[in-house]
Amino acid sequence: MKERVFGKRMPRTSDERLLRGRGMYVDDVPVRGALEVVFVRSPHAHARITEIDLEEARATPGVHAVYGAGDLGAFDRPLPLLFPHPDLVEPRTQNPIASDEVHYAGQIVAMIVAEDRYVAEDARERVRLELDPLPVVVDVDAALEDGADQVHSDMEGNVSGHIVQQVGDPDAAFRDAHLVLRHRYILERSAAMPMETRGMVAEWDPRGEELMLWNATQVVHPLRSGLAQFFDIPESRIRITAPDTGGGFGVKGFFMYPEEVLVPWAARELRRPVKWIEDRVEHFTASHHERTQIHDVEIAVTEDGVVTALRDEFLVDTGAFVPYGLELGRITAGQIGGAYRIPNIHVGFRGVYTNTVVCTPYRGAGRPHMCFVTERALDDVARALGIDQFEVRRRNFVGDDEFPYRRDGLVTADGFTVIMDSGAYFTQMSMLEEALDMPALREAQAASRETTKLLGVGLACYVESTGGGPYEGAHVIVEPDTGTVRVTTGFTDQGQSHSTTLAQVAAERLGADLASVQVELGDTAKFRWGIGTYASRGAVHGASAVDRAAGTVRDKALRLAANMLEVSPADLEVEDGRISVKGSPGTSVTLGQVAKAAKPDRYGFDNDLAALAALGPAVPRESSDEGPLLHSDEEPGLEATGFFSPQNSTWASGVHAAVIELDTETGAVRFVRYVVVHDCGIVINPLVVDGQVIGGIAQGVGGSFYERLAYDAQGQIQNASLMDFLIPYATEVPEVELHHLETPSPLNPLGVKGAGEGGAIPVPAVAAAAIDDALSAFGVAVRRMPLDPEELMDLAAASGAHSDKGDR
Amino acid sequence: MTDLTGDEVTELTLTVNGERFTREVPVRRLLSDFLRHDLGLTGTHVGCEHGVCGCCTVRVDGTAVRSCLMLAVQAEAADVVTIEGLSKEGEPLHPVQQAFQDAHGLQCGFCTPGFVLAVCGVLEDDSRTELLGDDEIREAISGNLCRCTGYQHIVEAVRIADAKMRPGAAAPESRA
Repeated sequence: MKERVFGKRMPRTSDERLLRGRGMYVDDVPVRGALEVVFVRSPHAHARITEIDLEEARATPGVHAVYGAGDLGAFDRPLPLLFPHPDLVEPRTQNPIASDEVHYAGQIVAMIVAEDRYVAEDARERVRLELDPLPVVVDVDAALEDGADQVHSDMEGNVSGHIVQQVGDPDAAFRDAHLVLRHRYILERSAAMPMETRGMVAEWDPRGEELMLWNATQVVHPLRSGLAQFFDIPESRIRITAPDTGGGFGVKGFFMYPEEVLVPWAARELRRPVKWIEDRVEHFTASHHERTQIHDVEIAVTEDGVVTALRDEFLVDTGAFVPYGLELGRITAGQIGGAYRIPNIHVGFRGVYTNTVVCTPYRGAGRPHMCFVTERALDDVARALGIDQFEVRRRNFVGDDEFPYRRDGLVTADGFTVIMDSGAYFTQMSMLEEALDMPALREAQAASRETTKLLGVGLACYVESTGGGPYEGAHVIVEPDTGTVRVTTGFTDQGQSHSTTLAQVAAERLGADLASVQVELGDTAKFRWGIGTYASRGAVHGASAVDRAAGTVRDKALRLAANMLEVSPADLEVEDGRISVKGSPGTSVTLGQVAKAAKPDRYGFDNDLAALAALGPAVPRESSDEGPLLHSDEEPGLEATGFFSPQNSTWASGVHAAVIELDTETGAVRFVRYVVVHDCGIVINPLVVDGQVIGGIAQGVGGSFYERLAYDAQGQIQNASLMDFLIPYATEVPEVELHHLETPSPLNPLGVKGAGEGGAIPVPAVAAAAIDDALSAFGVAVRRMPLDPEELMDLAAASGAHSDKGDR
Repeated sequence: MTDLTGDEVTELTLTVNGERFTREVPVRRLLSDFLRHDLGLTGTHVGCEHGVCGCCTVRVDGTAVRSCLMLAVQAEAADVVTIEGLSKEGEPLHPVQQAFQDAHGLQCGFCTPGFVLAVCGVLEDDSRTELLGDDEIREAISGNLCRCTGYQHIVEAVRIADAKMRPGAAAPESRA
C-alpha cells in the first residue's frame, strides 16, 4: 500500500529558491526604467492644511512629478467603504491625498515621483507644508465624553456605529444570579509588522489601457475589482500579481490603501513604470494597526461557578477612518462565550473614531480580545468562588457530544448564525492536564515562593471561527507527456506553505506523485476568481476547491484510461501517476499519456513507438467515438476547475498553558514551559501547522509583554521604529510543546479547519493568567495587556511580593 | 540650504561572491542598495533600514554585518558574501540552507538569507569542540528578527546544521 501524502509531516516542496536568495519579492521585480515614489505625510494627528508649496520639490533634479490632491482630478474622491452595515453612521474613508483636514499623523499630503528613492527623499525635504493644528483625540473613553473634541470636524460625536446582539434572556439570568461580577478588560494597540513592508510596482501598456500591478498583497482579486471601479475600466484590463511576499498577518489583507490607487495612477500619468517600497519607519503610520478594545463586562454565575450570562459592552478604536466599517467589532462579538455554554448573552459594541492610524485586522482579527474577556471572566469567577482554574472551565464547557452548538441571536461577521460545528473541549483539557503534570508544578511553585523568582501557571481555551467569506476556486491540469500536475488558484501566500499543502491535497486525490505537482498562486491572470488569504481560510476554501477539481480530473482520467485499456473504470486504480488494472499492474497508462490522448491536436512528437502504443492512434475505427481516443462528448484536456464555498464557519479550538517565572526584582518574565493542545480539524501537514501555531504564539508573546504602539496625547507614536517597538527575538519566546487533536469539520470534504491565526489568539489571556497565578498569594488580577517589565515590577511591588522578599 | 542632490560619485572595487567588481557609486549609496540594485543580488533583503531586523545581513571579510548600516564605499577592497554566494546554482545546498529546509525553518523566507548568513558565521567558529545548546543557539540568532516562525524551527535547523558541520563533536552539557 502506497504511503499517503495527505496528513504527512513533510518539509516544504518549494524552499530551495528562497534559500538560495532567488525569491522574487516585490522590490526584486525586474521592471526596467521604474521611477520611485516617496510620500509626504502629515506630521500632525489633526490639523487643517493652510498651505502646501510643492514647487521647490518639483524643481529638484531627477524629480519627474510631485502631486497634491488638486492634481488628482476625478481621483480626488473617498476610497471605498468595503463593508457597509445598516448600523454604521457617517462612515468616513480617506481620499488618496488629503487636501483640507488631516486626521492622523501619517496621512498622505503629497506624492513625489523621481529617478530613484534617494532623489525623491531629497525632494521631500523641499516641500513646504503649513498646518494649523486642531484638537487631537487619542483616548477612546475621552472620545465619548460630552463635549469631546471631534476627530472629524464636520461630524457630530466620534461614534461610527453601535451594534447589539442578544442570545437567550440575559436580563432574567442576571436577576436570578447567585453572584454578579463586573470587570473592565482591555487589550491595547499593536501591529502585524511583517518583516517585508508593503510595496508595489505598476506598469501600463503603451496605450494606457491595461494595468500590470505587482503588489505585496493578500488579496489580488478584490483589489482588482476596486481598481477597476476607481479607474472605470473593465476588470479584464487589470492584472494583479502577488509575488513572493514577506509576511502579511492581515496588514496586507487590507485594500484599498491610498498608495494602491496613487501608484497605478501616477504610472498612467507618466507613462512609466512606477514603484513604491514602504520604508520601515513609514510602515508604522502608513500601514494599519489593530487591537485597542475596552470591554465592560458583567458575569452572572451560580454558586457552583456555572456562568449563566455574560453582558459585554465594548469599544473598538477604529482609528481615523472606517474603510472596513464595523467588521472588527462584529468579528469580536461573534466569538463571545468561547468554548462555554453560557446560554444568555448580551453583546454590544461601538466603533470609536480617534486621530490615529486606521485599525483593520491583524492575525486573530478581534478574536484575541473576546478570548481575553471570556477566559479572564472565567478566571475571575474561579477566584471569586474559590474554584480551581481547570475545574471552572469543566463546569462550563460545551460537551464533546453537544455539537453542533448554536447561539441563536448571535452572528459571525459573515452574517451566519454562530453554530460551532465540532469540537472536543473536555478531551482537549484532559490532554493538556496530562501533559502539564499540575501536582509537580504546584510543588515547584511553592518552592519558588522562597525566592524572588515566582512560578505561575496560566491557561486559556479559545475557539475561532475560521474560513470566513465566500468561495475560492482552483484549476487542476495534468500536462501531456510529462504528467506534471499544475494547480492554480487565486489566493495568495505570505509564508503559509500553500504550495506544499495544496500539492499534498492534489496528489492524494489524483493519485499523482507529489513531486509532479506544481502550484501557482495569487495572479488574477492565471485564475479569474478569488477572494484572498485571510481569516484562516486557505485550507478550508482553497484545499477543498483543489480537492474537488482534482477529483473531477481523476474521474475523467479513469474514464479515458478505461477506454484506452478497454476495461471498466471500476477496475482501475491510480498510484504515483500511473493508472493500472487492479491485479494486473502491467496493464497501465500514465496520467501524462492519458493527458496526451485528451489533447485536441493529438500529435505524437515522439519517436518512442512503444510509448505511443497505449494511445493506439493507428487503430482502424468506424467513428471518433470508438477506440481509445477522446469521445465527442468529452472536452479536450485532462483538466477541471473546482470551487468551494462552505455553508458556515468551521470552528477551530485549542487550549494553551504557560508556566512562567516572574522576577519580582526586575519585572522580567521567562517562559519555563508552553504547552498547547490544538484542534484545527483534519491536518494536511502537521509540520506546517506546527509552524503556524508556534509563529502565532510568538506574536502573542509580543502582544503580551513587548509590543504596544504607544501614542501620546498629541497623536504621535512614541515608538515608531523596530528599536523601540519590540518584536520578540529568539531569546524572548518559549519552546512550545504541541499536541494535535483532530476533530473533523462536517462542513467541507476534507474535514479541515483554519490554522493560521489560532496560535496568536489565546496568548494574552494565558500570559495574564500566569502572572495572576505567580502573584496569586497577593490577590493580583491582570485585566489589561500588554504588560511591560516596569508595569510587572509595579504590579509585584503593589502586591507586596517584591518588598516581602526584599525584607528577607 | 545645504546641497541635497547627493550626486558625488566615486569608484568602488570589491569582491562579491568570489567575483571582482568595479563600479561608480554615489558615496551615499547603502551597501544593501548597491548589492541589490547595482549588482542585482536581490537575495539580500531590506527589512528596516535601521539595523534592527537583520534581514540584510551579509558577510564582509568573514564577519556578519548589516548591509543597511554600511555605505557601499566602506566596502572598498572587501570580500563580500551574500546568500547567492553560499552555494552555487546546481550544487547541493550549504548544510545550513539544507537544515532550514529540513526543519521548516522558513515560512515567508524574507528574513531567511540574513539568518542563514548569520548562522554560518556562528557555526564556522572552529574553536568549539561541543555542539551548541539551545540557549546558546537562541543567543546566537538573537540579532535577527523573524515574524513567521516563532524561531523554534530555526533553532532546530541550527541544531541539525551544527551536528552536520561538526561530526563527532560532543553533545552540549545539559544547561539550566
